[in-house]
This record gives sequence, structure tokens and C-alpha cells, in this order.
Amino acid sequence: MNLFKISWANLKDKPLSSFLSGLLMTLGITIISLLLLLNKQLDEQFSRNVKGIDMVLGAKGSPLQLILSSIYQIDSPTGNIPLEEAERLTRNPMIKTAIPLSMGDSYKTFRIVGTNKKYVDHFEATVGQGALFQKDLEVTIGARVAEIAGLKLGDTFSGSHGLDGNGEAHAETKYKVVGIFNPSNSVIDQLILTPLSSVWAIHEHHEEHEHDGEEHAEEDHDHEAEAPREITSMLVKFRNPMGMMVARGINDNSKLLAALPAIEINRLFDLLGIGVDTLRGLAVAIMLIAGISVFVSLYNSLKERKYEMALMLSMGAGRTQLFGMLLLEGLTLSLIGFVVGLVLSRVGLLLFSMRAERNFHYSLNNMSILPEEWLVLGVAVLIGIVAAALPALGIYRMNISQTLAEE
Amino acid sequence: MLQSHQLTFAYSPTKRFAFPDIRCNDSEAVLILGKSGTGKTTLLHLLALLLRPEKGSVTIDQTDLTQLPPAKTATFRAAHVGIIYQKPHFVSALSVMDNLLLANYLAKNPQDKTRARELATHLGFADHLNKKTHQMSQGEQQRVSIARAVMNKPGVILADEPTSSLDDVNCARVVALLREQSEQIGASLIVVTHDQRLKDEFSKQVIL
Repeated sequence: MNLFKISWANLKDKPLSSFLSGLLMTLGITIISLLLLLNKQLDEQFSRNVKGIDMVLGAKGSPLQLILSSIYQIDSPTGNIPLEEAERLTRNPMIKTAIPLSMGDSYKTFRIVGTNKKYVDHFEATVGQGALFQKDLEVTIGARVAEIAGLKLGDTFSGSHGLDGNGEAHAETKYKVVGIFNPSNSVIDQLILTPLSSVWAIHEHHEEHEHDGEEHAEEDHDHEAEAPREITSMLVKFRNPMGMMVARGINDNSKLLAALPAIEINRLFDLLGIGVDTLRGLAVAIMLIAGISVFVSLYNSLKERKYEMALMLSMGAGRTQLFGMLLLEGLTLSLIGFVVGLVLSRVGLLLFSMRAERNFHYSLNNMSILPEEWLVLGVAVLIGIVAAALPALGIYRMNISQTLAEE
Repeated sequence: MLQSHQLTFAYSPTKRFAFPDIRCNDSEAVLILGKSGTGKTTLLHLLALLLRPEKGSVTIDQTDLTQLPPAKTATFRAAHVGIIYQKPHFVSALSVMDNLLLANYLAKNPQDKTRARELATHLGFADHLNKKTHQMSQGEQQRVSIARAVMNKPGVILADEPTSSLDDVNCARVVALLREQSEQIGASLIVVTHDQRLKDEFSKQVIL
């Protein structure tokens, strides 16, 4: 027998109102926790992939789209640009590295990206099995691609046109898997990398077959000679912050678009932020309602238990002791809400992660407790204590004799 | 032993009470009889120092309760006084056993389950120890109150209309048990009532 046992017995004695208060508290904490987790993980994923890329060069269009497609590989590319012009523009003392990217095909929804070794080095990815692609039609695949698409060293496959997996297959030419990357927790995990020239080879080959036999030789010849080499975009790293000037120059004086990831991603997070803030506000409101529910149910039960309190006081209990016992009831609900909320938010994240993985090949699976969540615990405890303290203060005003004589 | 001396109390200038002196030795029983409105409950609360008297003193085992600082009265009461109320009241969320142990706990005594079981057996509710109190009959509940009042072996037992809501059979049983229990621990028993059925049970009586 102790105060905690009495508090717990009191909560159990009113299962429905305890359940309601606990449920509201749990719901509020679940939402806040889930938001914190999602925010943190998205932020981490986004900043890990954007690290070291100061500018993306691509076709005119939406700068955000260019960045989403070229850095995160989650939106459609904006279109192609001539390699020659891209190289000319990036031949600038302000620019340290420029990594060409060419995409448009996929295999089982995993993107096939034509690039060079610099791209691999940029993400500090290492080859786990086999080797890095060297020749045309050789590919090195990300760890998740190997796992989900079931590709092994030496396997061959043909890519399909488009990024959604429903495109027409380039059946005649087959890629060969020559290497598999170690998991790097970056965008490389979900990509199939091949030399730039592979992508050109595939599409030339493909076009050839679309022409009639007679004209074939001549057309093909022209194509080889005149068609300018095209890429989708170029990832650029500046030598120093003054490189920003290059971006302005490109946007003003060329047909290409130079997008700055730092700015665009901030813009994206600002947009998302409105939604996140609204949800967070909602969660705080739910937690406050949980507090009110604790208040109302304790207030009501205290009216019923007035005699009990007077009885315990007459049996030698201190007023502060009983006050503490009532606080404990609010505190217990808060703590239960916090623990269950924490568990539920992890379950929610897991579900969300499964969807995100299916749709975007992004996985969010860091389940550790965030520092902000201790703050949430503090707020929950505060709400529980205040909600319990307001009605419990009546203990200090209680007239024992009068209350006992009333019945 | 309990002794009161010239106790007076006023709820308002027009509603005031002056009580006759009461003296009750160890193992003795005193019946205080009075109609309603004569201040029976007020007197009992004064004796237990749930109310502070306007004038006069209450002495229990050589300690003058009116001289104790308010913070100490609760502790003193818990250790030396067992109270039985008109309607048996308990902490409803707790089992019968826990309600008995609560008396030990609140008086900061070791929680004596053996004594609780012995009392339950003796007072005839041993089968109900794990039940909630509201699952028992009035008579049973009143017997649990008696057990709770004697858990700490107090020097004084005060009973406020302990039989008024009981039928004749239960009334006789409760009074018998009350006397038996207080004699067993050598306590002074003071019963305040308007219940005429108790008149013949007590030799020492005070009429208000």
C-alpha cells in the first residue's frame, strides 16, 4: 500500500474516463512525435544528398523540378541539354567539379543514370562486389537495387523507356551488371549507374530500328555525324561562394537553367513547413484537450471522492500527501500517453517508410528518441500535472469535519 | 484514557454548544445519547480534534490535544484514535484488505497483513478481503470499519452512530464486536448515538 498504488487503483476504478484522457494524450504525442521524426529524417535525407552540390545545370523549366530530378531522383527530368554547351559553361575557374548526368530509362522503377566516376566519388560510394562500370552497357548497381530487383553480378537486363517502369523496353540491347555498391545511405543506393556513352548508345541503337531498311544507312550516318551529344543535367561544385555569380550569368545569358539547391530546398521546406506547422498546432491542441479531459475527470471524481479525501485526512494523511497522490494520477496518464505515443509514432513511421520505399525508394528508419521528444515529454508532464493540480488544490481548502458530517 | 473538560464550540453566535465533561478509562465504554441537533457529531469531532474547540480541553493518554500544533494533530490522531462513522466510508477503488492496510500506511506504521486477516476472520468477513467495499452489505461494511479503526491498536475508539443504518440483528452484532475489540486492545470506547437500542448495552451513559 502506497500513494502510487492508490493513484493507480483510482485510475483503474474509472477505466473509461482514464482511457479517454490517456487516449487524447497518446494521440497528441503520437502526432507530434511522428512529425518530428519525419521532419528530421526527410531533412537528413535531403541534406545528405545535397551535400557538396552547389548548382545544377539543366534545361529551362522549374528549378525545383531540376533539383528533385537530378539530385534526389524523385521527379521527372526537365529535358535534355547539349553536352557541348554544358561543358563550355562549366569551363570556368570558379567551378571545381562538374558531373554530367543522363537519365530517362529505368529497370523495375529503378533509374538508370549515365554518369562518370566523379558521381560515385561525390557520394563516397564504394563498390562492394565486382567493379565500377568501364565500358558501354556495363552497370554498377546500388545496394537496394540489387536487393529488390534481385540482380546479381553478371546478370543482364534491358532497361525500359521512361521512369515509371511502364515504358517500352529497349529489348535489343542488354545491360550487364559488373558491380554492386556498398550501401551508402545516399541516392546511389537506389540507382543503376552506367557510363554516359551507354545511354547514347542505347538510344541511337533504338532509333536505328525505327527507320526503314532503305534509308537506314544514310540516316544513321547523318545521325552519327551531326546529332549533338545530350545529357540531362550537370551537378556543379563551386570553388568558392563567388560561384553564385556563375549561376546568375548562366540564367541571364544562356538557354540553360542553373538552379541552386540550397535555395530551392529551403523553398520546398518552407512550403512543407506550413503543413507541418498546422499539424503540429493540431497536435498541441489535442494534447491540451487531453489536459482538459484529465482536469474534468479528476474534478468530477474528486467531487465524488470528497468524503474519501476527508476520511484519509482524518486517518492521518497529510494534505500535501493527498495532493501528491492526485498529481500522480495526472502524471501517470501523461507518462502512459508519452510511452504509447512514442511507440505508435514509430509504428506510423514504419508504415510511412514502407510506402515511401515503394514509391520513391527512400527509406526512413531511424527509430531512436529525438532530443525534441524529451521536450514533448516535458510538455506532456506539465499538462498532466497542471490539469491534476487545479482540482487537487481543493484538498488544501477542505474542511474535514464538515465534509465528514455532511453525509 | 480520554478526558474532556468544559468543551464549548460555536458554529455561529446563535448556534453554540457547551458539552458535559466526559471521562472514559482504558477498556471502558461510554455511551453518549442525544437527539438530533444536540451536537453529537460536533462533540465526537471535538474529541477527535477534527474540530478545534472554542474553549476547554481534550486529553488522550496524558496529551492535551488542544495544545498540539495543527501539523501534529493528524499524526497523533492516526496513532491514538480510531474512528467509526455513521455510514461506513472507504476508499472505493481499493479492496477491503487495502482499506485496512491504509490505516497502517497513513499512520506510518508497518502494514500488518496478518492482523488484517485475523481481524477479518474474527469479524466475519474473511471471504471478502479481495472484494471492493461497495460489493458488501451495510452490516459487513460496518464490521470492516471496526476492523479499520482497531488496525493501529489505538487508545481511544470513537464511534459516530455506528448502528443507525443497521437492522436489529446486525446492530447487536456490531455493538458486541465493537466492545469486544476495544476491550481486547484496552481502548476507551465512546459511542455517540440517538439509537435507543443501545441504551441497555452500556452501563456508563451521558445524555446530551
